[in-house]
Amino acid sequence: MPDSACAMQTREELEPRVLTGSHFMLGDHACAEGALAAGLDFFAGYPITPSTEVAEHLASRLPASGGRFVQMEDELASMAAIIGASAAGARSLTATSGPGFSLMMENIGLAAMLETPCVVANVQRASPSTGIPTMVGQSDILQARWGSHGDYGIIAYCPASPQECFDLTVKAFNAADKYRVPVFVMMDEIVGHMMERVVIPQPKDIPFIGRKKPKTRPGEGQFLSYRPDDDLVPPMAHAGEGYKVHMTGLTHDERGYPAMFPETHDILVNRLVDKIRLNAADIEMHEEFDCDDADTIVVSFGCTARSASAAVRQARAEGLKVGMIRLITVWPFPEGRIRELVAQGDVKRFIVPEINLGQLRREVERLTSLPVLRLNHAGGQMPTPNAILELIRS
Amino acid sequence: MNKVDKAMTASDNNGARKSWEIRIGGVGGQGIVLSSKLLGIAASLYDGKEAVVTQSYGPEARGGAARSDVVISEDAVDYPFVIQADVLAALFPEAYTKFRPMLKEGGTLIVDSALVKVSEEDEASAIMVPATKIADEVGNRLTRNVVILGCLVGATGVVSREAMVQAIRKQMKEKIVEVNIKALDAGIEFARNSEAS
Repeated sequence: MPDSACAMQTREELEPRVLTGSHFMLGDHACAEGALAAGLDFFAGYPITPSTEVAEHLASRLPASGGRFVQMEDELASMAAIIGASAAGARSLTATSGPGFSLMMENIGLAAMLETPCVVANVQRASPSTGIPTMVGQSDILQARWGSHGDYGIIAYCPASPQECFDLTVKAFNAADKYRVPVFVMMDEIVGHMMERVVIPQPKDIPFIGRKKPKTRPGEGQFLSYRPDDDLVPPMAHAGEGYKVHMTGLTHDERGYPAMFPETHDILVNRLVDKIRLNAADIEMHEEFDCDDADTIVVSFGCTARSASAAVRQARAEGLKVGMIRLITVWPFPEGRIRELVAQGDVKRFIVPEINLGQLRREVERLTSLPVLRLNHAGGQMPTPNAILELIRS
Repeated sequence: MNKVDKAMTASDNNGARKSWEIRIGGVGGQGIVLSSKLLGIAASLYDGKEAVVTQSYGPEARGGAARSDVVISEDAVDYPFVIQADVLAALFPEAYTKFRPMLKEGGTLIVDSALVKVSEEDEASAIMVPATKIADEVGNRLTRNVVILGCLVGATGVVSREAMVQAIRKQMKEKIVEVNIKALDAGIEFARNSEAS
């Protein structure tokens, strides 16, 4: 090819937004590629181990694909920036780890209250506080659900492989738009820093669910920017589209204007919770095997689920009646399925291995009076298949 | 018994499956992460296997302890770290001392002979590669890690030479591809010669 023709190629042609094909890829990079494939418009973040590779990769890739990358002064500002971008119509993302996630909490509540769709990738490390930045943890799981003040609903995915880092980041954007809610991709250091094959589909095969738009045109009739449809989600008018849009963290009425009355507050907050709770069947995802006749069920997620799967398969090979539930969404939690298994009567106990001191075990205990065995480590390493196997054999 | 046969007793700590657990240890700057990535690419993108690479290194960009684990299997890999190594490549004395106990009975031990002195018991079976010397002969000292990889591939057959060549082509800048393929072949040849001896 002559040089001139080469120069005519745009960067987009040289480096397409969707890298269709098979790759051997870091989990953090797969998350970044998932965001690009999902149509990411805007990233704002502050680098922090072990999530830095997400930002680093997007700093190189996103501007070349027509998006904006901003390195912010801190995580409070990062979260605020992605909310603002979202209000203007952008698909927006930030990536962080424990300490940064804590700093984002106030504005995560704001995103929930304003119902601005956005995605936060949290690559969990050994915590609390600074902990061990380069080593694994799974101890932000309850913080993801309850970390900001007040009642609200969120969605959180927990990938167990680089492929899932890609797939679930795409899902996260779609769920965020569909339910107008902040969505978390709760990775962990091992999954984020692991390299494995990642297959990226053709652009046309990347699912896209956009935001519901107002049914009326700007200036036509009366549009109430916070009046929900039957699914409890209001259509979203973006700043600059011509609609009257008012957003506030104060309790607001269907116009979006402050209305600080107990009745208004109760209706609004109930809706923020119910739009996730009542749509849980549509959102919740898990994978299970060998549960039908099991007397022991292992419930696990993220990197720990890899060891748990190996242990369950080995235990089955030894003739033990054990099954496995791997969470794909940690929130909503598969409450219905756990209750169903308990009601069937075969299950005698649950085992919950996790890299924290019992956060998810508490969730299982809430749903059953059966024994829930624990296998915990505060962080820095993941359990081996043998450690879980020994507990299954006990 | 030659080294290839011994190394073929692959591990099965991921259930009842055949898998290979490979640990590469040294210091930052020796190309340890790149080496493991090349193995992973070769296995999972070109040899039709499953592969997972994990790594651990200190905060230093160069000079701190670094290690990488590659688990290669016919089936999906669950636990991503080495428990008992089928292969240990030690490129620095500390890596040899620290990781030697993880090597399986009859596993393959590869060391950079200029940097690592093995114990008397290991002298008979270890593949001691003058990687820097070979890399210099090939024409680029920076290909040391690929010489080691060549030895690993030559001694174990865990991935094919062809897959490694494709991995090098995919991963490296065009101007250094040929010298790295030469380094790979020099490593493979060294491993074959040391089996014969």
